[in-house]
Amino acid sequence: MSRSGAIRAACVALLLALVLRPHWFAPVFAPFAPAGGPVIYERASILSLSLSHLGLVALASGLATLVAVGLAILVTRPAGAAFLPLSRTITNIGQTFPPVAVLALAVPALGFGAGPTLVALFLYGLLPIFETAIAGLSTLPPATMEAARGIGLTRWQRLIRVELPLALPVILTGIRLSVVIAIGTATVGSTVAARTLGEVIIAGLLTSNTAFVLQGGVIVGLFAVLVYDALSLLETALTRRLGRQPAGADT
Amino acid sequence: MIEIDEITKLYEGTAAVDHVSMTVETGTITVIVGTSGSGKTTLLRMINRLIEPSSGEVRINGESTAALPKHELRRRIGYVIQGDGLFPHYTIAGNIGAVPKLLGWSRDKTRARVDELLDLFSMEPAQFRDRYPAELSGGQQQRVGVARALASRPDLLLMDEPFGALDPIIRARAQADLRHIQRQLGSTIVLVTHDMEEAIHLGDRVAVMDGGKLLQHGTPAEIIAAPATDFVAQMVGGVDRPLRLLSLIPVSDVLEDGAAEGEPIAPDTSLRDALSLCLWRGVEALPVADGDRPLGRVTLATIRARAAELA
Repeated sequence: MSRSGAIRAACVALLLALVLRPHWFAPVFAPFAPAGGPVIYERASILSLSLSHLGLVALASGLATLVAVGLAILVTRPAGAAFLPLSRTITNIGQTFPPVAVLALAVPALGFGAGPTLVALFLYGLLPIFETAIAGLSTLPPATMEAARGIGLTRWQRLIRVELPLALPVILTGIRLSVVIAIGTATVGSTVAARTLGEVIIAGLLTSNTAFVLQGGVIVGLFAVLVYDALSLLETALTRRLGRQPAGADT
Repeated sequence: MIEIDEITKLYEGTAAVDHVSMTVETGTITVIVGTSGSGKTTLLRMINRLIEPSSGEVRINGESTAALPKHELRRRIGYVIQGDGLFPHYTIAGNIGAVPKLLGWSRDKTRARVDELLDLFSMEPAQFRDRYPAELSGGQQQRVGVARALASRPDLLLMDEPFGALDPIIRARAQADLRHIQRQLGSTIVLVTHDMEEAIHLGDRVAVMDGGKLLQHGTPAEIIAAPATDFVAQMVGGVDRPLRLLSLIPVSDVLEDGAAEGEPIAPDTSLRDALSLCLWRGVEALPVADGDRPLGRVTLATIRARAAELA
């Protein structure tokens, strides 16, 4: 096994243990817990918090991908080019508006729970996906596009069969950035009662229990690193298949 | 038969192609040659309506190209561009089978056609079928590009500088292959190039364009022997003209009885190559043989006489 493979396997094993068998780590976190206080978070199962956290991220990122890629497709068509500045403004606002502020504003409308978090993550995730999708869709090889038109593909067929597959590795870069940001940001959702791993961290902060903070933080960090890594691998595989690099080249 | 009838393309009032009319006979290669900005590519792209003409029309076998939706028209016309334009995410079989798939051919029929074409281009189907374009050399990619254009047995093949990206040796081979395959299939081809050498070598008919106008349309021999304008004369290259004419005539045309020293040459060798060999070997005559069978000889004097007769 290569060195990166070994590190990857070790991270996966560590994460699984932290999520499924949190008690194993009591000795590790004990020095950080207040005297006589709890070392390991027990008010909810870490597994169910993790699943709910990842579920929120997946849903928000999925929606952000659909909307951002849809918008990017629209504004890269000749008929939609006029909407590019407007779409840029909208996605930029989504990115500039701090998620905490979004949460604060969304709670009166949507109530406490997952709703406001979903909105915040969705808005925050739009920009990277939108910008990379535009980059991917507007830098396709001109000879290939000319050929696609020349052999008689309709607009729709060109989009589905040529443009999107060729832009996919670039779009995936945006999705990867967006997902990783969302995994970290989702923790804030627990301030408005969304069930995420942020609950552990916030409980630690409220009770001055550094052990909880570390436990939650390490798990969220590992999730982010591993998801980033998995999506990078997928991107490399796709890029290689598209011949942007010669097959078998090991760089 | 392809009839181009008074076709014009205006860009902001300037004519890129100016009232061009010409007829392309079925089963021939017509080469449109001109410098960049001559309108040759615009003319070609108006045939499959990648560019819509401002006025005039193109008829394929009597039927106006404006009568069909664009994408359907294009599926009936093969199209090859410089740098091949293969789909990098499709296998070779996927690329060649792209148009048959659009036309709704069955899987088996498409597969058989792909293998047939790979064979035709001397690429072992089992070896190449499942590879991706990036794994092929430039020459092989170019052949796949032509194979893709031929896949659905189109009425017409349009080629836009198809050999522009190839190095000279592979280019000569690709030209020879194209000629060979065209004869075998009887395809109708319209090819655009800036290279007069290529035009003379490949074309049954050559059309010279400049400034959006068709200056001359005729056989290569006509174009070289009687250039219609100074520009055409310049394109066919003043002092090289006799050599270019000789390059159109095979030695079998001026064969005479007798023997000569040295390695025999094939009867389809051009007089230009024969002349060059005479000079290189320092001899007055070359033996001509079809494989092992001697046919006669060709002499320097005959070549000289033939050149003088053409001038």
